[in-house]
Amino acid sequence: MSNALECCTAGQADGNLHRLTREDFQSSQEVKWCPGCGDYSILAQVQNVLPRLGIPRERIVFVSGIGCSSRFPYYLNTYGMHSIHGRAPAVALGLKCARPELSVWVVTGDGDSLSIGTNHLIHCLRRNLDVKILLLNNQIYGLTKGQYSPTSEFGKKTKSSPLGTIEHPIRPLELALAADATFVARSVFADPAHLARMIEAAARHKGAALLEIRQNCAIFNEHALDDFSDRSVRDKRWVYLEHGKPVRFGKDAGQGIAVLGMDPIVATVGANGVREEDLLVHDAHSRSSARAYLLAGLQPPDFPTALGIFRQVEKPTYDDLLMAQVDAAMAKRGRGDLGRLFAAGTTWLVD
Amino acid sequence: MPCATVRFAGDSGDGMQLAGSQFADIAAMTGTVVCTLPDYPSEIRAPAGSLAGVSGFQLNFADHEVHTPGDSPYVLIAMNPAALRVNLPDLQPGGIVIVNEDEFTPANLAKAHYAGNPLEDGALAGYRVLPVAMTRLNEKAVKPAQLPRKEAGRCKNFFALGLALWLYDRPLQPVLEWLIKKFRKNPAAMAANGSSLRAGYNFADTAELFRVQHTVAPARLPQGRYRRLTGNEAAALGLIAAANRAGRTLVYASYPITPASEILHELAAHTEFDVRTLQTEDEIAACVAALGASFGGAIGVTGTSGPGLSLKAEGLGLAVMTELPLVVIDVQRAGPSTGMPTKTEQADLSMAMYGRHGECPLAVLAAATPADCFQMAFEAVRLAIRHMTPVMLLSDSFLANGAEPWRVVDPADLPDLRSPAPPAAEDFAPYRRDAETLARPWVVPGTPGLEHRIGGLEKEDVTGTVSYDAANHQRMVELRAAKIESIARDIPPAEVVGPAEGDLLVVGWGSTYGAIAAAVDEVRHAGRRVAHLHLRYLNPLPANLAALLARYRRILVPENNLGQLRGLLRERFLVDAVGLCKVEGRPFRVREVQDRIETLLGEPPQ
Repeated sequence: MSNALECCTAGQADGNLHRLTREDFQSSQEVKWCPGCGDYSILAQVQNVLPRLGIPRERIVFVSGIGCSSRFPYYLNTYGMHSIHGRAPAVALGLKCARPELSVWVVTGDGDSLSIGTNHLIHCLRRNLDVKILLLNNQIYGLTKGQYSPTSEFGKKTKSSPLGTIEHPIRPLELALAADATFVARSVFADPAHLARMIEAAARHKGAALLEIRQNCAIFNEHALDDFSDRSVRDKRWVYLEHGKPVRFGKDAGQGIAVLGMDPIVATVGANGVREEDLLVHDAHSRSSARAYLLAGLQPPDFPTALGIFRQVEKPTYDDLLMAQVDAAMAKRGRGDLGRLFAAGTTWLVD
Repeated sequence: MPCATVRFAGDSGDGMQLAGSQFADIAAMTGTVVCTLPDYPSEIRAPAGSLAGVSGFQLNFADHEVHTPGDSPYVLIAMNPAALRVNLPDLQPGGIVIVNEDEFTPANLAKAHYAGNPLEDGALAGYRVLPVAMTRLNEKAVKPAQLPRKEAGRCKNFFALGLALWLYDRPLQPVLEWLIKKFRKNPAAMAANGSSLRAGYNFADTAELFRVQHTVAPARLPQGRYRRLTGNEAAALGLIAAANRAGRTLVYASYPITPASEILHELAAHTEFDVRTLQTEDEIAACVAALGASFGGAIGVTGTSGPGLSLKAEGLGLAVMTELPLVVIDVQRAGPSTGMPTKTEQADLSMAMYGRHGECPLAVLAAATPADCFQMAFEAVRLAIRHMTPVMLLSDSFLANGAEPWRVVDPADLPDLRSPAPPAAEDFAPYRRDAETLARPWVVPGTPGLEHRIGGLEKEDVTGTVSYDAANHQRMVELRAAKIESIARDIPPAEVVGPAEGDLLVVGWGSTYGAIAAAVDEVRHAGRRVAHLHLRYLNPLPANLAALLARYRRILVPENNLGQLRGLLRERFLVDAVGLCKVEGRPFRVREVQDRIETLLGEPPQ
């Protein structure tokens, strides 16, 4: 318990211990997102969750790329770096490898990590670097004033696609699963309680955690999530995943997802002889990511969108493996000695 | 004989690099000064016997200090017709050609585009040609070891090495000892290579072919222990040493690229120094991962060549804006684009100086010789930490692969690079600058009470908060420039070798050092008032440079580019510098520099 208490304290420069609160994580900077932006809700939940983690504030670092969401670090009173478009996972790689004891977070957007920085996202996940990635997906380029993004729906009309896009959207969770990510989850800004749970689960996962957070853009994509997150339709459009439980949704959880052959179907329990045990049971810890892939692919209009943890498995992290190699080398060869290093190999004396 | 230049040449699979570097080790151990340069194709193994597949290794050893691998070889050892065809034009008139005559078959001659057999048709008149049946003699020598036929054939590079060692009166014993270590787990290969080596040596000793043994007397180097280092090895050691003296972890992030990869390999082999190497997904990631490591308090370093440097530009911009220490090593190669990956060039200077958007100055250094890569890598880290800035160190393919003796340094003689403790919370502001260096404090995550945010947006002076204020931007742009300029107070003044004033000053940078030094020396011995100034600090330039330039009637700048330093000097100092530009993918020959100097000075006095 004393350990836990110690962990929950901020810097002790003043000698006074105190439990961290949400206010401890608010920076002095005025938040400059547009009114109504989903980012506010996400920031609030991050500030709610951080004090619960038992990590001293000075050991937390938020790294971001470029875009509206990437202004995040400025609004958190932790260490932070607002880096370059798409490159946050690579900055985080160097930081985490230099300082494995830090809690390193990446805040990124759909343009940032699914277009200009896709490469870094994939490699960060497949390495299983112990960083937490919050991918704020609003399906639009907001900071550059409204061009379609790699997650915009096909046919979307924007300033850069006045006749409708002719591009198929990239699917971040399936991409993460293909990279064998060890934690893959989705939440939505409009459900703060769920969002907070997902942020905390990501934070507590040991390894690379990708949390996609679906959100609006109040200015350039205001109605994008209306069909999805409006209170009147949530029952039908959202399905919460819970490990070990059947995948159910709808009014009174009367409907569920079943699998016919290799394809998902919407089944109504009690209708056409469908029993509860016919429904797909979610297994987030399965070695195979096939089920997670199937669930991540559910999308309107035929299916609800799944929210929750799709996959969470254990695998050694990159930073642990790296440090194990360093420790092993030091144990085997002794801590490096410059004198020995310089005089190694073939040498000769000049008198 | 004061110096000798030898070139081994054969197929890329013939083991010429190994034979050459073994010869260089022996020559060094026996007290001569050795400079080496491998020359290999970018194809790993082009078809056997083809012109494209020829790989060479040249070495120059002398009884005095030399810094070039030699203008033209006096002895060429050619393992097949293609090797002869590619390398013959470089041989000195009257030089010795030792060929493996067994490989001069009609098929191999055709692959080398020879119409006839040069060993028979007089094409080699003017050279001393020594045909040796190396393939057959090697086969006989290694027979007792009973190796498979293909492996047995591979030993013939040791036969060639044996010949060369006899020719220059060098001992076999160190090579035999090396074989014992190398092939501890393969006694058959150890025995076969040893037999082949002895056979080559004994053949040379007994055959009437060889009338003269050439000896090169030991050189008089400063006392001490020496080893031979390539530029890439030296750079790696310099980085490890600097991180060690700074008391910090070295994080080297890099993407494989010729000719920089050996730095990554060398560092990856020294994990016991808490060196953490990251092979990243691309060049951009390597640059920003190194920067992320620096943000975390490590010595973040990335290494690359020109094509990679193009990609690192955005990361360097962030490093300039966040004012973090970062070292970038650019091992230049012939460009643009993919260019000639294994060939040398110095054409990235302008990119190092200017190749970023915005007003984006950083420190630029250049190593002059392979061994100097140690010193300059150490220096790059020192300046990066002290001035909180990215530092670019320019090397090139010639330095990276070339090798020369390096006097083993006593670690206690290296400066202490530890930085001051973080400021007290009440004194801390992320962009509050040191009065002397204008550097901001390096406060790393984990420091309680000093949490702060940095990034690519313009910063308010002192506080470091985001600012779009007009006057502030002007001030910050000027501060960043002034910070780099202030480094001039922290670097040694430029020095000239030769008269303190005179008719001509030859100004060089980087790997042209050896050729310029030797050429200037030659001309000066002929009585001309010529001096040499070699720049190892290119941004900022040494503070005394303007005064030095003014003392000579003319200024010549030899470069392996079209005049990038010359342009810089003309712009900064309004001097009428003239150039000597060579962009053949090869270093200068001493003779080329000397000719240009003599032309400039008019005919030398009789």
